[in-house]
Formats: sequence, structure tokens, C-alpha cells
Amino acid sequence: MNALSVRGLTKTYRNGVQALKGIDLSVEQGDFFALLGPNGAGKTTLIGIVTSLVRKSGGEASIFGYDIDRELEAAKSCIGVVPQEINFNLFETPETIVVNQAGFYGIPRPVARERAQKYLKQLQLWDKRNHASRGLSGGMKRRLMIARALMHEPRLLILDEPTAGVDIEIRRSMWDFLREINRNGTTIILTTHYLEEAETLCRNIAIIDGGRIIERDRMSNLLRRLHTETLVLTPTRPLMEAPRLEGYPARLIDEHTLEVEVSKDQNLNDLFARLSALGIEVLSLRNKVNRLEEIFMRLVERGAAA
Amino acid sequence: MSTVAASAAPRPLALGRARWVGFKTIIIREFHRIIRIWSQTILPSAVTATLYFVIFGSVIGQRIGSMGGFGYMMYIAPGLIMQAVINNSYTNVVSSFFGAKFGKHIEELLVSPLPSWLIVSGYVAGGVLRGAMVGLAVTAVALFFTHLPVEHPLIIAAAAVLTSVTFSLGGFLNAMFAKNFDQVSIIPTFLLAPLTYLGGVFYSISRLPGWAQHLSLVDPILYMVNAFRFGFLGVSDVGVGEAFAIMLIAVAGLYSAAVVLMERGAGIRE
Repeated sequence: MNALSVRGLTKTYRNGVQALKGIDLSVEQGDFFALLGPNGAGKTTLIGIVTSLVRKSGGEASIFGYDIDRELEAAKSCIGVVPQEINFNLFETPETIVVNQAGFYGIPRPVARERAQKYLKQLQLWDKRNHASRGLSGGMKRRLMIARALMHEPRLLILDEPTAGVDIEIRRSMWDFLREINRNGTTIILTTHYLEEAETLCRNIAIIDGGRIIERDRMSNLLRRLHTETLVLTPTRPLMEAPRLEGYPARLIDEHTLEVEVSKDQNLNDLFARLSALGIEVLSLRNKVNRLEEIFMRLVERGAAA
Repeated sequence: MSTVAASAAPRPLALGRARWVGFKTIIIREFHRIIRIWSQTILPSAVTATLYFVIFGSVIGQRIGSMGGFGYMMYIAPGLIMQAVINNSYTNVVSSFFGAKFGKHIEELLVSPLPSWLIVSGYVAGGVLRGAMVGLAVTAVALFFTHLPVEHPLIIAAAAVLTSVTFSLGGFLNAMFAKNFDQVSIIPTFLLAPLTYLGGVFYSISRLPGWAQHLSLVDPILYMVNAFRFGFLGVSDVGVGEAFAIMLIAVAGLYSAAVVLMERGAGIRE
């Protein structure tokens, strides 16, 4: 069963901007799905339509088979949404915010209080439950929105830039948390500007640009398409010039940093053998850019040129 | 972590219960808001009412003598209570709903499965709640200054509730259209206040010249104040049946407009 299914979805705003130009997309139940695209590509409009914050101009959308035109209440009860912008009452406490949100989904107050404790603890906000939420840090506010979205235990969780402005430690703990709820059966759709995040978490991906889906594939398939990677090597001893490595274009950035291009059909053992033969030992190695980022940029640039 | 959600369309009974919980939640949220900022929601009307009773009742009222066969203080007390109910019902909904729009937390309700009519009803109930709380506070103040007979308790309750619902709906519509805080205060200042002062709160229209009496009859607040006063004192400048008809028509018309606009997402959905 599809958690989300949209067909021919269009949206033209009153100012004439055509944000979506006929989107077809399906996300399977249980998936961890990345929806990527540059700013203004239509991601937030698509999420807005699915969550009924934006009125569509045309097309169809359904959540777990519930059509948003005919069975909106049932469709909405399946979705939890974490928006891009902070949208809770800054004068209310975290506990009040999440308990009230559960109430809007018909969860009785005693059950809501139990769930508030569970999710606020899991998202490390329990100690702040009685503080005015305006005093929370940026990362805490984002986590509060995740806790709020989970209060009715939705089957589909939509996260629009959930880790924007969150420090790396908190971000990684949020990743673990999201992986856990996905493992337990919640379908997740994630939009993010941190492509490493999408690569790490998501199994399937769609790239949207200019109101159209320009790519839709398994993450692994998409990453396999990348033919070359640039590796950044740190030699144990300073280098005066870039070594000549046949078949591996190399560039010396500074005496401690060497960049080497490696294509998909080459192997690293061969590269290291050649380096050893030249008396170069390698202290550390990393990818110059995130692989998904490289593909993303190529696809979006190709789309812009078309 | 378990996932619990509708695997099939909710049954009518479960749906009804869920909606009831949602409706109660909006009211609880409004109640907490009223209490949290009590110095802005409850106190001002009680202070204003005290000043009215001191100035108009004790100082000026003694020179006016009786009105409608009652002491002046007793005569204006129902009108002052109703004035507080009107202002607070309107202000509560307009500020709460516009605040939610401005702070974007209206989205909490918009993404939830609650239908538009229930969201409107929840906000209106919040307005009625504040109207009732402030109305009771002003009544308590009034009782320090005058005895207040109760001729028709059901009429008092019905007039208060219908008036409160009417102005809560007015506040809701104002908030839907308002794009900034100025537009939130324009109607209370330039429409509501004049209509209230000219709506027979402080006088019987029988004291006015003929043309002014006829002009007063187009002011809907006149009917509300007089129906409410009739409940306490048993006197009214207008027919009580006519007053209730006007209130019921106003409630039906405004509620329909609010639900339709909410359904269309006027000013809140793009």
C-alpha cells in the first residue's frame, strides 16, 4: 500500500507563480523517503497540499488510500507534520503544546499526558516541559515540533527541514530517533538541505525542481550512477609537488593535502600501491564532497539548462 | 515505539468522540489563555465597570434620578454587564484567532482532522467563556453598588449567550480578514464602541427625540441590551421576542459566513 500517492498535482498561486506543474509521486508504506530540491522547487507546496495548508489547483492526492478531497479527516488523522518554520505558540509550555495537539486529534487528555511524557523524554525535552517555549534553543524548538507531530502516533510523518540550524550532535541523535520510529513502522518523508542526512537515512529519493519531479529512484541506484569521486588524502610527510599517479589525476592543495580523482572502475588498493611505490604514506582519507550532493547538483544543473 | 492510527475510516461514534475531545481541547486552551493573561482579559472590564458605577452611578446618577421606574444605578447595571460581555467575547476571539494566524500556530488546527465548523465553534465557545467570566466579574462589582432583581433568569441566560455568540463570531470574522494588528482594533474602536454606547446601555431611548429613537432601532446592540435588562428588571424599550429573533438571525448568518470562510481558508490557506 502507498502511504502517499499523488497524481497530476498542480498549484498556481494567486500571483501567477506555478509552483507545481503536474507532480506524480508515490511513497510506499514503511519507506524512509527523501524529497529533495533547491529552494523554491515546490517541496513545501507539495507538503502543504498533502497536509491541507495549501489548496491544490488540480490533480489528486491520497494518504493510505484516503483521498484528500473526499476523506480529508481520515487522511489527516494519518499524518504528522513537522514544518520548516516554528509554528507553535511561543507563550505556551512544551507540555501544553503537545497535549493540546493530541487533543486536536481526538486523543483523550489522560492518554495525551502519558504520551507527552514519553515523547518529551525521548526527545530530551522533559526537563523543559514547564518552561515557556519561547525560551527554548533552536534545536529544542525543532525537537518539540517532532514530539508534537508524534503525539497522535501517525502512520506517515512528514519532516520539512527538521534539522535546520541544529548542531551536529543533536542532529545525529535526531537521526537515531527517526530511524527508530521508521523501524517501528512509521513511514517518513524527509526534505532537507543536508544531503548527507538524506543519504544516511533514506532508502528512496525524489528530486523536485521547477515544480516537476526530475528524478525518482532508490538511493542506492542513484548513488551508483556517480562515476567519479574526489578523495582528499593527508600524507604523513609534507609534499612539495603533486605525485604522478597514472590513471589517477592528482592535485596538491597544500603540502599536507592531496586531492585524487578515482573513477568507479578503479580500486583503492591500486591507488595506495602506487602511492607506496612513490614513498608516500597516507595518514587519513575522506570524500571531498558528499556523493549525493554531487549527483544532486548535476541533476539540478541539467534541469536548469534544459 | 508503537504506531497507532486509523487503519480504516473512523466509525461515526469514534469520530463523534474524537471531535468532542478536539472541541474541549480548544476550549481548555482558550481558558488557559484567559487565565494566563488575566490582567489583560478579566481585570480591565472589572476596573472600567467600577469606574462607570462610581462616576455615572454615584456622582452623575444622583442628579439623573430614576429611569424606567428604577434607580439609575440599577437601570444601567444590566447594560454595563452586557457591554462587558460584548467587548470581551469579541476581543477574545479576534485576538486569539489573529494571534494564532500571526504566530502561525493556527496550523496546529488546520493540519488536524477537526472540521472547519468545529474550529469555529471552539473559538466561539472560548469567546463565550470569557464573556461569561467577565460578565460575572462585572455583576459582582455591580452588586457592591446596587441591588439587582432577577425577573426572568432564562431570558438573562439566553440573551447573554446569544449576544456573546454573536460577537464572538464577529471577532472571528474580523480576525479572518485582518492582515495586521491595526485591522484587529479598528472594528472594536470605530464600530463596536459607538454602537454599544448608543445601544441603550446608559439610557432608555424613550428619553430621546423621535428621530433619534428611530435611528436607535437600527442598532442591533439596543435589542441585546434591552432583552438582557428585561431579564433583570422586567422593562425593555423593544419587544423581547423581536430582540431574540434578531439575535438568532445574527448568530445563524455570522456562523454560516464564518464556517464558509474557514472552509475556503480565507486568509489562512494559500
